[in-house]
Amino acid sequence: MVAVGSKCRVCKEPAIIDLPRHNAHFCAEHFLELCRRQVVKAIEKFDMLSKDDRVLVAVSGGKDSLAVWDILIELGYQADGLYIGLGIGEYSETSAVFARDFAEQRGLHLIEISLREQYGYDVPTAAKATKRVPCSACGISKRHLFDKAALDGGYTVLVTGHNLDDEAAVLLGNTLRWDVEYLSRQLPVLPARDGFPKKVKPLIRLTEREMAAWCIVRGIDYLVDECPMALGNKHLAYKESLNAIELQSPGSKAAFYLNFLDNMAPLLSGRSVAATDGLRSCGSCGAPTTGDLCAFCRVAEKASAHEPVPVELVLGKGRGRR
Amino acid sequence: MKVLLRNPRRELEITGKRSVNALLAELQMPRESHLVIRNGTLVPGDTELAADDVVEIRPVISGGC
Repeated sequence: MVAVGSKCRVCKEPAIIDLPRHNAHFCAEHFLELCRRQVVKAIEKFDMLSKDDRVLVAVSGGKDSLAVWDILIELGYQADGLYIGLGIGEYSETSAVFARDFAEQRGLHLIEISLREQYGYDVPTAAKATKRVPCSACGISKRHLFDKAALDGGYTVLVTGHNLDDEAAVLLGNTLRWDVEYLSRQLPVLPARDGFPKKVKPLIRLTEREMAAWCIVRGIDYLVDECPMALGNKHLAYKESLNAIELQSPGSKAAFYLNFLDNMAPLLSGRSVAATDGLRSCGSCGAPTTGDLCAFCRVAEKASAHEPVPVELVLGKGRGRR
Repeated sequence: MKVLLRNPRRELEITGKRSVNALLAELQMPRESHLVIRNGTLVPGDTELAADDVVEIRPVISGGC
């Protein structure tokens, strides 16, 4: 069946995707070129990476992390992957397969960490033991292990696959609360400082739809299924709200987030208390923290002492905020 | 046409031809959060799908934080 009238804006060949925010259609080749250009633009504008960096990409087996790893390798960066087994039942088992297959097929190095095997707990157990929503227990665990793996492995930059939709949704949540502390830290680059690696988000100029399309066009198999513990979280509701606006007014998400970075973030610079307050070393692991024990060690201590909790017992409680 | 949906995985049988955009609207699936794949290839919104096509509607939103 032939597409009706939709031709690539660049070459006039049949299009494979319509991008209303660009008021254009693209063929596969020129869509990929657009994505690469957007990543390069983000990297250069925010001084995210150099070709000399040793890059560690946090990989979940989902579209965004595999796409950013793929793009960085294509662009000539030296990038290894880091996968954390979170112990979320079959979801985690399947996601690990996608991450491993991606690395194996391309001859890339994937570091694997298992929360259960190496730290004696998993996310469902942590949620139950600490009475936190699963997304909160998961986030604390992942952030700590990302930092640790990057520093231990001598990587100069940690890359995450946060895309434009992720950042716009977090910005909406922070704005609805006028949370100046979070707003002032919502930047695509966090510089390295004592105990923390440099962290960057090269996909901030690309949407989730574009990243899924990247994977399909590039033949990357990724985990399409949603994390069962994230169902019903606020982050998803914010994304849906923004997409409803985007449908009426294409380009709104990009304007909301990218103009925040250009116009608002500079005004908030230096307002973060957490970024300037004195940090000390965690009494257990040595990571930077404001208390005696870091959040990760507090979660790990409680969760590892708790009987393992099957994922089914904590489903539908993922209403955390990032 | 046969339509594969995800999250949860299920199949629908839709009679007659229609455009990708019409199919998404009929199923109340916003264009911004879905892609449509026919025979392994992405197709844009104005593509006419035939009655005997097999298509996948893939959600692109993920809630992981």
